[in-house]
Amino acid sequence: MDLTEKTLFENTKNSDLILQGKSLATRMMWGILGTLVFIVIWSVIGYGLFTRPGYEQFTGFLPVPTLESLYHLVLDKAFWVSVASSIRRVIVGILIAFLLGLPFGLIIGFYKKLRMITYPPIQFLRMISPLSWMPIALLVFASFESAIYFLITMATIWPIMLNTTLGVSRVNTQWINMARSQGASNSQLIYHIVIPASIPHILVSLRLALGIAWIVLVPAEFLGVTSGLGYLINDARDTLEYDRLMAILIAIGIIGFIIDSGIKSIQNLFSWSWS
Amino acid sequence: MTITIEKMCKSYQLPAGKSLKVLEDISLTINDGDFVMILGESGCGKSTFLNLLAGLLPLTSGDVSVNGGSIDGPHPSRSIIFQQPSLLPWLNVEDNITFGCKLRKEHNNIKQIGQLIRIMGLSGFEKVYPSEISVGMAQRVCIARALIGHPEILLLDEPFTSLDTFNRTHLQQELIDFWQIESFTAVFVTHDIDEAILMGNRIVLLGERPCHVVEIFDIDMNYPRDIASPQFFDIRTKILRKFKDILLTPPEF
Repeated sequence: MDLTEKTLFENTKNSDLILQGKSLATRMMWGILGTLVFIVIWSVIGYGLFTRPGYEQFTGFLPVPTLESLYHLVLDKAFWVSVASSIRRVIVGILIAFLLGLPFGLIIGFYKKLRMITYPPIQFLRMISPLSWMPIALLVFASFESAIYFLITMATIWPIMLNTTLGVSRVNTQWINMARSQGASNSQLIYHIVIPASIPHILVSLRLALGIAWIVLVPAEFLGVTSGLGYLINDARDTLEYDRLMAILIAIGIIGFIIDSGIKSIQNLFSWSWS
Repeated sequence: MTITIEKMCKSYQLPAGKSLKVLEDISLTINDGDFVMILGESGCGKSTFLNLLAGLLPLTSGDVSVNGGSIDGPHPSRSIIFQQPSLLPWLNVEDNITFGCKLRKEHNNIKQIGQLIRIMGLSGFEKVYPSEISVGMAQRVCIARALIGHPEILLLDEPFTSLDTFNRTHLQQELIDFWQIESFTAVFVTHDIDEAILMGNRIVLLGERPCHVVEIFDIDMNYPRDIASPQFFDIRTKILRKFKDILLTPPEF
């Protein structure tokens, strides 16, 4: 009986894999279709707007010059230096937000009273646009670099904290009861049940944080720094290189998409029937 | 371990300041080594009763004591098995079974895992994750987790309800075998009369609202019990008749 059950189990596992492969190919096909539709809409609107007399200097916004410029951009070493510093800022900002937000979120989620106490201030702070901290950041921090870290941290700490809290408050009560009747102390409960059970929510929070950080990054880099994707956009605008400007926008989108897909695949690893 | 329950009452607080009385004046002594079946219709408060014994819920009034000492919270000597298998999805079968032992650092018990896995029919599945096994198997894992720490009292909350007949019959027998070897005290909640007669040496019939002890039946039959025997049939008729009596009494409001 054991042997049959085991082969059955292996078989279902394989058919699952096949099914997954199929849906991946289908998903990619629809994804490519969507991208093509996007390029068509961009072309139609672009040519409609910028081929009119008086708008000749804006033809850089059209797909063909943009893609040409994107090609040159990818070969440009300065571009990659900027990409690296942008990614570094996002990672450092999120890391700080994560180190502060995760333990705080865990504790708030675990103790109901603390959740009620912290609710108003957190909701209040969360609603302040992260960029409105900019003047304060410039006053407080000596370097532009640390001001940018601060802005990204301020933008991402709330989703990290709130999603962690949500994850903790949604832990299956039966797991808690089981662990308690097995003799778990409060710290053992947090370490052995609450944290592993919240991992899917923590990953969601990380994905949200990256999305927000990537959005806040560009305006934050309009500050006095001399590298980064936001800086490059400003620079291209000042030198009236609109094809380059458009190419950087496309690059920002692509890099963001790649980072998000990376986290999404980590998320999929952990999401199997958790609750 | 002798469990003494004296005038156990449990009320749940409802919104608008009202309260719902679920259990009223339950007094019962469960002797060391008993296999007591708590029988009653669904929703009558059986699970609440068991959670009170486990220490997972506070009593409203009354007292539950084990060997003379009142209980004031959950304790690993009173292991509980729930209706739905409560396995941790991030641990494999082996780590789920040893979860409690590792928390309590009982290294000698952890060493017995191989034996327990063999007895429970889980050989070959040690490294498999809960999402990849059937409900029946998952419940076996839960039983193994409850037994590996050698609890003095085993509390079971309709553990076989979500299983098919074949799995249920197997596990009922295996549990009785275990009980005869390990001689723990078992309190088993069920709504299935046949299951109650098959397994228990005593059956406590709970019923009516608020829930209280209607009658206690002593089952003096050897294991394994034959569901088709006249003796079995007699006991079932007796219990069914009592059930009918409760149903005919109009509830008090």
